[in-house]
Amino acid sequence: MTATLTAEAERSNGSPLLEVEHISKYFGNVIALQDISVFVRAGEVTCLLGDNGAGKSTLIKTLSGVHKADEGVYRFEGEEVEFSSPRHALEKGIATVYQDLAMIPLMSIWRNFFLGSEPTRGWGPFRRYDIEFARRTTREEMSKMGIDIRDPDQPVGTLSGGERQSVAIARAVFFGAKVLILDEPTAALGVKQAGVVLRYIVQAKQRGIGVIFITHNPHHAYPVGDHFVILRRGQVFGDYAKADIALEQLVQMMAGGADLEVLSHELESASRQGGEGADELRAAAATFLAEAEESETSGAPEDSPPGE
Amino acid sequence: MTTDTAPPPVAPPADERVRRVGLFSRLLARPEVGAIVAVVIVYAFLAIVAFDNNFVSWQATAAVLNTAAPLGILAVAVALLMIAGEFDLSIGSIVGFAGMTIMVLVTAQSGGGFGWSFWPAVAVALVLSLLIGAFNGALVMSTKLPSFIITLGSLFIFRGLTIALTRSLTNRTQLGDLDQVVGYESARPILAGQLTFSGARFSITILWWILLTILATWVLLRTRQGNWIFGAGGDANAARNVGVPVTRLKVALFMTTALAAFLVGLLQVVQFTGADTLRGTQLEFRAIIAAVVGGNLLTGGYGSAVGASLGALTFAMIDQGIRLTGVDADWFQVVLGAVLVAAVLFNNWIRGRAAKR
Repeated sequence: MTATLTAEAERSNGSPLLEVEHISKYFGNVIALQDISVFVRAGEVTCLLGDNGAGKSTLIKTLSGVHKADEGVYRFEGEEVEFSSPRHALEKGIATVYQDLAMIPLMSIWRNFFLGSEPTRGWGPFRRYDIEFARRTTREEMSKMGIDIRDPDQPVGTLSGGERQSVAIARAVFFGAKVLILDEPTAALGVKQAGVVLRYIVQAKQRGIGVIFITHNPHHAYPVGDHFVILRRGQVFGDYAKADIALEQLVQMMAGGADLEVLSHELESASRQGGEGADELRAAAATFLAEAEESETSGAPEDSPPGE
Repeated sequence: MTTDTAPPPVAPPADERVRRVGLFSRLLARPEVGAIVAVVIVYAFLAIVAFDNNFVSWQATAAVLNTAAPLGILAVAVALLMIAGEFDLSIGSIVGFAGMTIMVLVTAQSGGGFGWSFWPAVAVALVLSLLIGAFNGALVMSTKLPSFIITLGSLFIFRGLTIALTRSLTNRTQLGDLDQVVGYESARPILAGQLTFSGARFSITILWWILLTILATWVLLRTRQGNWIFGAGGDANAARNVGVPVTRLKVALFMTTALAAFLVGLLQVVQFTGADTLRGTQLEFRAIIAAVVGGNLLTGGYGSAVGASLGALTFAMIDQGIRLTGVDADWFQVVLGAVLVAAVLFNNWIRGRAAKR
């Protein structure tokens, strides 16, 4: 499976859709980010991995337009850009989905989906929210992402965490996101729910969107990622294409050491839910299991990351 | 996703996970349910207890509706603001302020007033009321202090200003004789009209109340701004992240509550042909109680205008019921407080059930 993915990556080996080069960000005397370079191509997933305090959130905020970098270049679609606000970045097509700020629990799914960009019909004092369109479109867009919602009138608060993230992703895709920045979308989720979200990341990727997937869990990152950037203490600790790194090494680098067999099981169960991303997940699960067995015999790898 | 078998069908016409829920269960999911139940229970109770005092009569019904109407106008505006997550405690003071502004402007110069005709005075009162609303809103949004605190300040500032300015200009706390003022006659039909029906007099305020309830319901459920109101109250940050102009929206809503207070002040001035510096005292609390009894969530993000109106109706029924039965009016506040707590408990229970459906 590694072979097919590499081929796919080579086919789409175009210029990056979004790219930052050598950016640094300082808060007073604190160096939050130093000399970071990251890119994502259309139809690819770049994973940003790092433990707490590695600089992930500062980097996301810089990418999504909340912060401005103190040094370095930010390019979007080949042009140098400087965003004044997250709204500005959003207009350009860079959508950020935050872990818990995405949805309003007491509002229905369709009201949430179109919040801030409501379709209207009629004119003058009779201009009104086109509710039929909103409900229909919400349902359609969700099913395009492979999400089958029960009832668009359901309050979002009654959805599971994974479904909520999925609605937020579907919304960003519908409103024309070219780059999707996902902040720890799987962090607070159970095994199955994380699998659901990973599948939508694959869906978004297959629709030609560049995805920047922030996580501290290499087991979530590896099956869906094309590139892996590991942050540590505000610097790039490693930068790999998928072909150049095995999950096991990624885990080692994250100082993880979690049980691969558990993960394999986790992904297997996620893939059993079917859908378009299922095959990829199932294949990944098989890989992990093989690697888990291998690592028990061969021990830790001696490779040191080329970034250091 | 709860199924773990076949790949999900694309946009199925009917979903096996959606239970056919009856009309009753669907009704339970509406924010107004608690208020409807409260209206029915309170009416039934009074119809039995106060039957001998003629509670079930056109006269008593008119008295209830006439009491409910001004409160309802305020409660509907308060509900919109409350759904957006803010409070306005200053509306009672604005009712007094708007009424007194009109009266001071039309009172003859010999009486310490300005001797204006009616409509220009109304226009000035309207503009000043809107400015107070904008002031409240701008202060809340710029200081990020709770609106409870800011508007509690406004409550005293504008009540105090009303009393102090009126007294220093006219040496009085009550001004009358509005019916002698130029322009008053043209205002009477639309602001103080009455419909007499089998001996009961229904005030035109009821019509204003119904129209505003319909308008607010339309705005809440059928316009973009309505969607923003729910969003801003549910989670202001999330709403801002998706592009809702939260600051502008909330300032506009503070102006809306001030506008409603102005309207009530105007209606009362015309109906009583005069004003009192203390008019509207405690109306802010009554309006908030009506909105809460009507199922509006104190913390924002949930509620309805119809509910607030029904809350005002409940309030008025209790008020009139106590008057009719001749029970000492001192008990009014006791009953009111108890109904408030009971209604909120009931609403919470309903909402819990609705979420589980």
